Amino acid sequence: MKQWQCVVCGFIYDEVAGLPNEGIAPGTTWADIPEDWACPDCGVAKADFDMVQI
Amino acid sequence: MTAPVIILGSGLAAYNVAREFRKLDKTSALTIVSRDHAGFYSKPMLSNAFSANKSAEQLLMKSAEKMAEELNATILGHTKVVSIHVHNQEVMLGDDTILPYRDLVLAVGADPIRLPMGGDGASDVLSVNDLDDFAHFNRRLASAKSVAILGAGLIGCEFANDLLARDIAPIVIDPSAWPLSRLLPQAAGDFMADKLSDAGVQFHWGVTAQAVDAEGAGFVVKLSDQTELAVDLVLSAVGLRSRTELAAAAGLQVNRGVVVDRYLQTSQPHIYAVGDCAEVAGLTLPFVLPIMQQARALAATLMGERTVVKYPAMPVMVKTPACPAVVAPPAMGSVGEWHLETSETGIVAKFMSNSGSMAGFALLGSATSQRQALTPDLPVVLA
Repeated sequence: MKQWQCVVCGFIYDEVAGLPNEGIAPGTTWADIPEDWACPDCGVAKADFDMVQI
Repeated sequence: MTAPVIILGSGLAAYNVAREFRKLDKTSALTIVSRDHAGFYSKPMLSNAFSANKSAEQLLMKSAEKMAEELNATILGHTKVVSIHVHNQEVMLGDDTILPYRDLVLAVGADPIRLPMGGDGASDVLSVNDLDDFAHFNRRLASAKSVAILGAGLIGCEFANDLLARDIAPIVIDPSAWPLSRLLPQAAGDFMADKLSDAGVQFHWGVTAQAVDAEGAGFVVKLSDQTELAVDLVLSAVGLRSRTELAAAAGLQVNRGVVVDRYLQTSQPHIYAVGDCAEVAGLTLPFVLPIMQQARALAATLMGERTVVKYPAMPVMVKTPACPAVVAPPAMGSVGEWHLETSETGIVAKFMSNSGSMAGFALLGSATSQRQALTPDLPVVLA
């Protein structure tokens, strides 16, 4: 399981935690996030995220 | 050789214009001039850093060197621009160097508003508006047990909540009667105040700070109702004022911000403004979503395809974990009233216009989960 960070606002998507409030179940891998998904904080596209090691 | 596109500033607006521009134009020369270190960080994270357990160093997402490499740009950090010579299309730096520009983008941000107050500690009141400010604030917090926060707006409440993560007692002072008073109806504000109070935030409503006096290693804040608060540090968070001085001195039209049209162009061709310093259609909106809309539109214009900026509905997340909130306030002058659905764990507040449509909302606590469902029902901000 990995973490991904929005390059614009710093929001972190953690695959372990998912985003239950956004309808994304815990354990959802980055590859399984829909392509039209947007950063919940700043609204930028999935393509504007980088993988991060934290 | 064609002069570069020059961006003044290195905050979210500046770097997102640069990033969007580079997606469209890989080769035109690009120069970024910043008065600070020019490293990239996300300003909204400054008011949640303690909860996220991040130091100032960890908040820096990318250094200026790394940004220069990624953006194929020249980045001049710690460099002051003293004037813009509109007719020659050039800017003058603090050391008298002249830089010609093809197009100039003002992304110089805003200054924290400082309310006048008396006392020999008034000049020690801090505000946190950039990463260097945050680093300073963080150092001053090392031995602090209590912090007075002037202003219960979005930033004041976020800092108050965040200080709890460091076991520091936040004491928030505001002249209104509830938090986020310009964004929330009172019943929703009272709900938020209760949740923050339960978590450990103290509030003083209906008062202002009249004086801050140094006392030992800390300060005494004298309120307008004569209450005196002994605290270790005082933080001011009462709002922002666009930086317009450079533009005004160059003869550009300024109002609350640097006035731009829907192409984000100032009153002079080849000079644009974005972010906290810009006033678009009468609006200065210091939030990430409008900045992203501006960055995309301006990048296209700079590439040669004139594009107007449009604002969809842009709800703002308030990062107060004790009472998370999402707010989309109705446009100034909207006529209508708030309708609230309240439960134990949250509030859905909808501002319903007289025509029966929803003109704004505020979602608190568990109701924040309805953001995605309700946002499509909001009016667009700029069509």
